Amino acid sequence: MKHEAQITQDLPGKTIVVTRAFDAPPEKVWRAFTQRDILDKWWAPKPWKMETKSLDFKPGGTWHFCMVGPNGDRYWWRANILTVDPLRSFTSTGGPCDENANLTGGLPTMQRLTEFTAIPTGTMVSITLKFENEADLKTMAESGMLAGTTMVFDNLEELLESNAI
Amino acid sequence: MRRDIFHAIADPTRRNILILLASQAMTPNAIAEHFDITRQAISKHIQILAECEAISQRRTGREIYYHFNPTKMKEIDHWLEVLRKQWEDRFNQLDGLLNDL
Repeated sequence: MKHEAQITQDLPGKTIVVTRAFDAPPEKVWRAFTQRDILDKWWAPKPWKMETKSLDFKPGGTWHFCMVGPNGDRYWWRANILTVDPLRSFTSTGGPCDENANLTGGLPTMQRLTEFTAIPTGTMVSITLKFENEADLKTMAESGMLAGTTMVFDNLEELLESNAI
Repeated sequence: MRRDIFHAIADPTRRNILILLASQAMTPNAIAEHFDITRQAISKHIQILAECEAISQRRTGREIYYHFNPTKMKEIDHWLEVLRKQWEDRFNQLDGLLNDL
């Protein structure tokens, strides 16, 4: 069955929630979100490739990875794991960094809560993104749009130039 | 820290001013008439909205009119759409993988 991601937003509260159903039990989906070999297979947008440099999935641990573009561009990111409630939820924060995991954009102010709930057909995943400002929102969005960066910017320009909306 | 659009919409009065101005440009006096707070407090909110580029002022004759500036909100909408697509793409890739786990 084809599922769609739902997004709900509370902009004054600077919170975005993304929910999505999966046809697999929470145990499997949890592994997909927390094990490096599996993460490396789905986290990066095609045609970018994922390379996890280190992942220590526990409170206080970090996930350091880069996305490698078709022409060899490398985009590094570091996530700090804050809390872990196995098979149910974890919280993390993070931001762009260099190859030695030094954050390049200052201390991260974005937070992510990822929750897993068993449903009759499998698992409902709910991702709550909290941010502090417009720059955070941009950084979060940009981290996943590498493959189509130019296209997205073109779209934005068109959007902003048109007075249609 | 520099003010951004989220400062503009953080306050309920400022959100109401934006809703008013979205339908038509107004003078500060006309805006103030819609609220039960001091003229001074309204001025402060208008100033913040202008700093956040949520509204802009234009002089027409002797009067200053405030206009809603949709550009910033359009940008936010755009980033939200990019975010949604990012997760959508990721999740579609994960679907195929879950069968093999």
